Amino acid sequence: MSTLLAELWPYLLLILVGYLPNEMWRVLGLVLARGLNEDSEIVVWSRAVATAIIAGVIAKLILFSAGALAGIPLGVRVIAALCGFLAFLAVRRSVFVGVAVGEAVLLLGGFLFAH
Amino acid sequence: MAVPTTFNSSAAAFIGGVKSAWTSVFFLVLAGTYIGMGALAHDYGFASWWLALSSILVWAAPAQVILISSLGVGAPPIEAAIAVGLSAIRLFPMVVALLPLLRSPSTRLRDLLLPAHFTSVSMWVESLRLLPTLPRERRIAFCNGLSVGYQSTAVAFGFVGFYLAAGLPPLFAGTLLFLTPMSFLISTSRNARQMVDRLAFVLGLIIGPLLTYWHVGLDLMWTGVVGGSLAYAVHRLRKVVA
Repeated sequence: MSTLLAELWPYLLLILVGYLPNEMWRVLGLVLARGLNEDSEIVVWSRAVATAIIAGVIAKLILFSAGALAGIPLGVRVIAALCGFLAFLAVRRSVFVGVAVGEAVLLLGGFLFAH
Repeated sequence: MAVPTTFNSSAAAFIGGVKSAWTSVFFLVLAGTYIGMGALAHDYGFASWWLALSSILVWAAPAQVILISSLGVGAPPIEAAIAVGLSAIRLFPMVVALLPLLRSPSTRLRDLLLPAHFTSVSMWVESLRLLPTLPRERRIAFCNGLSVGYQSTAVAFGFVGFYLAAGLPPLFAGTLLFLTPMSFLISTSRNARQMVDRLAFVLGLIIGPLLTYWHVGLDLMWTGVVGGSLAYAVHRLRKVVA
């Protein structure tokens, strides 16, 4: 019995600690979005809030990196992101080109300047 | 990156969504991100099937990283739950902005349960870009196909990363982790065509790190509320002036 519980414990944690706290926001959005149409002011505002949060997440991931990315110097990460973005603007607004250039600059900079 | 415009049936729209997912740049981004996630789960002692289930149920890369790295070092579950819950606040305005695009007068609430669950940045960005070009009655099927395409990619490459884990050099692991911010930066700004979205994006890039630097609690929530509301206020003022 106790071994069964020990085996199921990580899955129980996944539901209680991972799934539920994450999913509640989606369900809340589903409840609030009922009856709204895409031109309504709340929807325009929600899109602006979501866009600002995503932008905040992006900036945090680049400036305050965790894990293996933290081993690559801050300057390299910022310059790689800028190069990727400029490549996207320059080459037919291609997301693929932007991501590829950003990754290549990061790899090169990381190789040259890694801690 | 084909942008289909009409589908004869819901099944065709679903398959069109899967194809669109597998041929978009997010296929590569998710593959790389989840190779990194698989390696992380392996290093923190989780099972590969646990990771697969977390990709299906949680389906949000930042929340999964928090979950793995906090539970993996034995943090109290309640602490991990709060951190996951805070990281997921963005899903709320995202769902509110997405569902009106999917709904038609005949749509039942239960038809929206799956798209709401599938909401994540990659799916949201692509849905906001592609759905307006599709007939309304095919949008839910297309969106579900798109999401199944992305989620299957994440699950499959999670296994790849899990079994590659030991051989992943740190520099390579770092470049995999960079895929998420790099692709979000470009795809979100590409989608921001209206002034209100562009302004919200720029404000978020500035306010987010400032609040983190000043150790403001709930920094991402405040970034969204302050940055999004400022952008919205400017949008309303311009409307009044015009």
